[in-house]
Amino acid sequence: MFLINCPYCGERDQQEFKAGGEAHIERPKQPTELSDDEWAEYLFMRKNIKGVQFERWNHAHGCRKWFNMIRDTSNDEIKLVYKMGEKPPSE
Amino acid sequence: MKNKYSIFSLIKNAFSHHENWQKAWKDPQPKKEYDAVIVGGGGHGLATAYYLAKKHNLKNIAVVEKGWIGGGNTGRNTTIIRSNYLWDASAGLYDHALKIWEGLSQELNYNVMFSQRGVMNLAHNLQDVRDLKRRTHANRLNGIDAVYLSTEEVKKFCPIINTSPDIRYPVLGGTLQRRAGTARHDAVAWGYARGADEMGVDIIQNCEVKAIKRNGDTVEGLETTKGFIKTKKIGVVAAGHSSVIANMAGLRLPLESKPLQALVSEPVKPIIDTVVMSNAVHAYVSQSDKGELVIGAGTDDYVSYSQKGSHQIVEGTLNAILELYPIFSRMRMLRQWGGIVDICPDASPILSKTTIKGLYFNCGWGTGGFKATPGSGDLFAHTIANDEPHRLNAAFNLNRFVSGDLVDEHGAAAVAH
Repeated sequence: MFLINCPYCGERDQQEFKAGGEAHIERPKQPTELSDDEWAEYLFMRKNIKGVQFERWNHAHGCRKWFNMIRDTSNDEIKLVYKMGEKPPSE
Repeated sequence: MKNKYSIFSLIKNAFSHHENWQKAWKDPQPKKEYDAVIVGGGGHGLATAYYLAKKHNLKNIAVVEKGWIGGGNTGRNTTIIRSNYLWDASAGLYDHALKIWEGLSQELNYNVMFSQRGVMNLAHNLQDVRDLKRRTHANRLNGIDAVYLSTEEVKKFCPIINTSPDIRYPVLGGTLQRRAGTARHDAVAWGYARGADEMGVDIIQNCEVKAIKRNGDTVEGLETTKGFIKTKKIGVVAAGHSSVIANMAGLRLPLESKPLQALVSEPVKPIIDTVVMSNAVHAYVSQSDKGELVIGAGTDDYVSYSQKGSHQIVEGTLNAILELYPIFSRMRMLRQWGGIVDICPDASPILSKTTIKGLYFNCGWGTGGFKATPGSGDLFAHTIANDEPHRLNAAFNLNRFVSGDLVDEHGAAAVAH
């Protein structure tokens, strides 16, 4: 993983980017209703997959926009990059 | 019975050209059933098996390891041992380990080359100074040796450090733990393996766990590449791969696995006789007995299991090293590698029971697990044998992420995680 294809700027050096962790973790709609277990799940528990994982990345030293990435964590190969708000591809 | 290692056994074996040394551990095939199975044959896993057999009288134990023992993070770390952690729970945990380190070579009859050469942590800004002074006081209240050093004292203790006020991040002071130091990482794994093997523990290498079999909320055994192994107690000590094993049992962990890099230089004559760690610029350095500089870098910010890190991480560390030690400017680096570290949100480990009966996890050691190896094994063995945590690891339970009672060592632990 040395080049990342920012959906807004195109291919840039990995150094310009910051990883933002697992993608598609939805913020609780009713935070006041949440139990301690549900808070722990939302705040701390992570899939931490060895294999294909959905992630958020930020082009921190570029356009500073956030986007999603599908990446294989076992060999760092980037499968797909797509914009925030776009639905993750099913396959 | 194992032959005792001594000067006499060394001389005796010299006569046969060192070709007749007794095997340090057997290479058994797995039995059908064990009282307890430890998943992961690194230092922590082997130590767990050793103390289970030694202190808790369990004899029918196996350690299953997917590669070879000590081939993961045990063989990839920078071997630093210290116990100068801020919080009481951490101080208790890490100093318990340090006390075992102090007699470990004798106990195992295996030279782990534990060298109490001191660990010095540097302060580079006013916040560092305040944090380090606070930690020094906290350490001393917990009975852990710690002193705060002025810039002049830092220079005196390690003369090759550039303490000029003109560098980018000048050295404003530091702390020193004299009981801290380094040990030979491979020897720790081998010593525990030999000790465990002597007490009848089966160390099964090249045996990867494929599934965990459950009956409701109780474990029944492990499906491995060498067949099914029946057991009522499984202790998982899989470091960076803890989440992978947890997923097999349908358990969620608060871990992220990230690459952490280290590198060594060409060997040179003795130049640095201590360990110097620098939090703010994230560079730490010591010298191995072979003469190589052992340099630790930081973690990448993304999840990866590839045992490779990004180039800019190493570059950043070396920039800092060169600024602090201009004498190293023409040294060549020989090797660079990565290990996969499992990091908890509070940068403290998990040594805990789980919601599944008979399944225990020892993970989340993140960037600094090596130093805890003997203590971690001892306390985890206690937890598995009694189905209850020891007083010293009670705070490091998995439920703390639900209760909110975190042991937040991020930034407090004398090194950036």
